[in-house]
Amino acid sequence: MTAIEARSLRKAFGTTVAVDGLDLHVEEGCILGIIGPNGAGKTTALNAILGLTPYQGELKVLGRDPWAERDQLMLDVAFVADVAVLPRWIRVSQALDYVAGVHPRFDRAKAEGFLAKTTIKRSSKVRELSKGMVAQLHLALVMAIDARLLVLDEPTLGLDILYRKQFYDSLLNDYFDRSRTIVVTTHQVEEIQDVLTDLMFINRGRIVLSCSMEEFESRYLEVMVHPEQLAAARSLKPIHERQVLGRSILLFDRVDRQQLAALGDVRTPSIADLFVAMIGNHAGAGEGAPR
Amino acid sequence: MTTPSNAAPAPLGSQPIAPTALSTTRPLYWSVRRELWENRSIYIAPLAVAAIGILGFLISLIHLPRTIRELGTTGPVHQHSMGPMNQHATLAMPYAHVAWLIVLTAFIVGVFYSLDALYGERRDRSILFWKSLPVSDLTIVLSKASIPLVVLPLLVFAIIVITQLFMLLLSAAVLQISGVGTATLWAQLPLFQMQIVWLYGLIAVALWYAPIYGWLLLVSGWARRTTFLWAVLPLVAIVVLEKIAFNSSHFANLLKYRFIGWFMQAITLDTHGGPPIDPHFLPLTQLTPGKFLSSPGLWVGLVFASIFLAAAVRLRRYREPI
Repeated sequence: MTAIEARSLRKAFGTTVAVDGLDLHVEEGCILGIIGPNGAGKTTALNAILGLTPYQGELKVLGRDPWAERDQLMLDVAFVADVAVLPRWIRVSQALDYVAGVHPRFDRAKAEGFLAKTTIKRSSKVRELSKGMVAQLHLALVMAIDARLLVLDEPTLGLDILYRKQFYDSLLNDYFDRSRTIVVTTHQVEEIQDVLTDLMFINRGRIVLSCSMEEFESRYLEVMVHPEQLAAARSLKPIHERQVLGRSILLFDRVDRQQLAALGDVRTPSIADLFVAMIGNHAGAGEGAPR
Repeated sequence: MTTPSNAAPAPLGSQPIAPTALSTTRPLYWSVRRELWENRSIYIAPLAVAAIGILGFLISLIHLPRTIRELGTTGPVHQHSMGPMNQHATLAMPYAHVAWLIVLTAFIVGVFYSLDALYGERRDRSILFWKSLPVSDLTIVLSKASIPLVVLPLLVFAIIVITQLFMLLLSAAVLQISGVGTATLWAQLPLFQMQIVWLYGLIAVALWYAPIYGWLLLVSGWARRTTFLWAVLPLVAIVVLEKIAFNSSHFANLLKYRFIGWFMQAITLDTHGGPPIDPHFLPLTQLTPGKFLSSPGLWVGLVFASIFLAAAVRLRRYREPI
């Protein structure tokens, strides 16, 4: 079943085009990471998916039109749009009461269970909590909702590395179960590499790359080239080249692994390296692989 | 409510569909409670004013035994010169004053609440959290409109009743202790009747002012800052423009009628040749619900209120955090 289906999704603010003809197809059961530089249109695209902003083009989320049916859609979709959106006046117990009151798929016991692992007090107001605690509270609320689609826009922004690690572990172990779909955007790319099943790069409102992680791993290879093999390696048309400690590291797209192994040490690149290679020099702009 | 999270997703169509009544009234109920959590001034301000009123009344009770003695022991001649209305007035005036103070406070609270209702959630970005829940914009706007239109009037009425009963008990206690007796108090203070008039008045004012609150909510959903100025200045501008351009004041009269019109429609001071009436203590015969309900001003106002609220619902759908 398809979780998100978009055709020529477009959104402009005045003369600024934030999302420029996005085609999106997200199957249920995957964890999709959307990576892009600031202002690439990630948040705008997610806002359209969540029914927070009107758009042009076709968009169906879990079979519904998000702009027309946001309130119905939110029965099946949970999202953390930003870590700092919980109202500062609300008490933890009131937040639990309210979500339990309005959301038929909210499991209060589960949320209490998540909170029990933290030091958050029920009687505290959000304004009295630290930034990390607010994020923990928000995620406890969201993860206790039996949603089919979870959208996380920079869920760990401003949180320390311990908490970020714990967050993604918890997401995988306590929440994800192959029937749900998770869409996440983040700048901390390296932390989600092992979490994702699918990957998408967005730049200037367009998809630059869209592939599964298996595809990513088989398709892109990074070689730390022996100096004497450099000319030979360059003749294979790497999509990116960088220098680390005097050695050249070349990034290849769809080049045979055996062939590369003769040139130096071959490994799977990090998402961050591929991102820099593709967005940094626009080498692969517009060349997203069909899925 | 507690669906096991790791159960396989039910095939589409077999998921339990909440009855319509449940899915509309429950979010509304919780959203109204939410407003009371956030805006505690809704009940704290009228309660505080009531407490201050009771304190002032308590101090004034020093004179009560003397007043009662004068009312109770004076001969028929004196009583006639004073008139039954004046007797009512002497005894009942503090009760009416406290009630007026509470109502005025609630009106101010309602105005500022409405101006902030759809503005504050955009300013602190919490609208993104509220919109992540399956509650429609209509439900949210209705829950916010219900505060000045339903919650505040009922709350004010309850506070008035309790405050006045408390004042009555205090008076009775003072009279008992000073040995004057409470017979005159019971005879001359038409408290129950006053309270029915207050309830009627509060409902009438809420209905009559609905477009005012609707307008304030609309502005609070639209303005990016200074909601109060946006709510007031355009109206002032129209009044001034009309005065300068046409030397007329139709719009000003319209506004004036919106503020005081309920008084003309819902009650009458005409006693058909009887003795004049103090508007503080209306007998039930002076209430004119028929006239009020058939006055075009009420229904035109309610139509405008609906238009403003519908626009506010639409705005909330489009508006993003400021």
